[in-house]
Amino acid sequence: MSIKVLVVADHDGNKLNAGTARAVKAAVSVPGAEVHVLVLAAAGAAVAAAAAELAGVARVLQADRAENAHLMAATLAPQVVALAAGYTHVFGPSSSFGKDLLPRVAALLGVAQISDLMSVEGTYTFKRPIYAGNAIITVEAPADQVVVATVRTASFEAAADGGQAVIEAVSTTVALPTHTRFVSVQSAKSDRPDLQSAAKVVSGGRALGSKEQFELVFRLADQMGAAVGASRAAVDAGYAPNELQVGQTGKIIAPELYLAVGISGAIQHLTGIKDAKTIVAINKDPEAPIFEVADIGLVADLFVVVPELQATLAAG
Amino acid sequence: MRRILVGIKRVVDYSVRVRVKPDGTGVALDGVKMSINPFDEIALEEALRMKERGEADEVVAMSIGPEEAQQQLRTALAMGADRAILVKSDTAVEPLTAAQVFTAIARAEDARLVLVGKQAIDDDANQTGQMLAALWGRPQATFASKVEVLGEVLRVTREVDAGLETLEIDLPAVVTVDLRLNEPRYVKLPDIMKAKKKPLDVKSFADYGVEPTERLKVTLYVAPATRSKGIMVKSVAELVDVLKKKGLA
Repeated sequence: MSIKVLVVADHDGNKLNAGTARAVKAAVSVPGAEVHVLVLAAAGAAVAAAAAELAGVARVLQADRAENAHLMAATLAPQVVALAAGYTHVFGPSSSFGKDLLPRVAALLGVAQISDLMSVEGTYTFKRPIYAGNAIITVEAPADQVVVATVRTASFEAAADGGQAVIEAVSTTVALPTHTRFVSVQSAKSDRPDLQSAAKVVSGGRALGSKEQFELVFRLADQMGAAVGASRAAVDAGYAPNELQVGQTGKIIAPELYLAVGISGAIQHLTGIKDAKTIVAINKDPEAPIFEVADIGLVADLFVVVPELQATLAAG
Repeated sequence: MRRILVGIKRVVDYSVRVRVKPDGTGVALDGVKMSINPFDEIALEEALRMKERGEADEVVAMSIGPEEAQQQLRTALAMGADRAILVKSDTAVEPLTAAQVFTAIARAEDARLVLVGKQAIDDDANQTGQMLAALWGRPQATFASKVEVLGEVLRVTREVDAGLETLEIDLPAVVTVDLRLNEPRYVKLPDIMKAKKKPLDVKSFADYGVEPTERLKVTLYVAPATRSKGIMVKSVAELVDVLKKKGLA
């Protein structure tokens, strides 16, 4: 049987989410796989064109339907099921989009789902983390069922550009429920780099002490061209918005540089950053667990050294 | 009867640092502290608040697990759930099996709303609520940070990668809850005494017509790769030097 992987694209209607290219990379590493990308949108031409440029993608299925103006699992899942016929695997990034959608798809297909796939060991064998990353398990999926999985994007590089996939318009006639309706989305508009794909991230914790003082993290990040992250404690305290949370229940990231400012380093936070290439920690508590994973540690009062760091960087 | 079902999973307490057994057959769980999955506790708190506001008539806690999971259900009853159902299982069940059981309970109990944690902190699957919604053929609102009852409709704010998304969903429905939805109440001693008298039914998979199936086979457990020990610097100047050498500043 030929191995065909369908990757469900995460996007905002115009642009492909960075996690999609990483999910494609995981799909391409399935031995002998032919990889297709499914774009569900109201008018998905731009997103489909971007997906077609990803290396390793053979075909892009563009499923335009008015109901897809907002990506909601209840309306998308029946379409994915209809279009997944003939595929051995259905993957998606483990973004909030993928985590919402793919379990619903798997249940409709009557199969298990693999969450946060972190490596492909064989056509039906994968690794994934449990217990906030304190254990890694090898999982074997049955070969006679569709493998549905979300891909832990921090574990894979993004698929390169340079692909020239065929784009095919597909349509489904499957009836869609009307019981779920989009109302609004509220996001902090920002020109800063995207947290999930940024090369550098400056992240702040509870030690910042207030929303106003958290601005220090934003200013340092802006100076370094970095994205901003936050610990759960900082988000819970209202210093930073929820979409900046890094960790087990927030975003799992793998930047070149992660600069943790005033973050103690709870295990739930560390699980979100352990794939970072270089971790720098600034904390005044020498016993803080963040120092156990940091490549470079500085025990100091952040309110003293962050301005000093800014001045030193500005001086070149 | 406006009935809310709440999924309660017995898991290793969040403060325990779980270790893999040296032979790779599992994680060492002997004698570790067990608790209600923290996300499920938030789900229960939300259900109780709805009942207290007059938006629900009954809150039923349901769990799938070993005999000992009665402890977590008793805690749920002490928090304020009216009754509890334990579907006995001596082995861990996959999310799809859990969803099949919950779907059967939702139908048998004519549930108006099912609240579950967005994920359990043991298997970190983040699937059961979505699968339940699919099998039940009802709406799902995952990762909820705010839930408002508007008659037969729920307005749910969800924590998504882009920020906060608001959906309206028709009841009956499934909501999976995120960390910032509420802060669960503490249990008081008199409530623990009262909870002992509340009904707790122990059921089997067969009672709900579900055959537990192992679809995914776990063949090996390993500890995660550890990061090598880093260096400590004494000053900002030294920090910037190291970053420059790495091409990061």
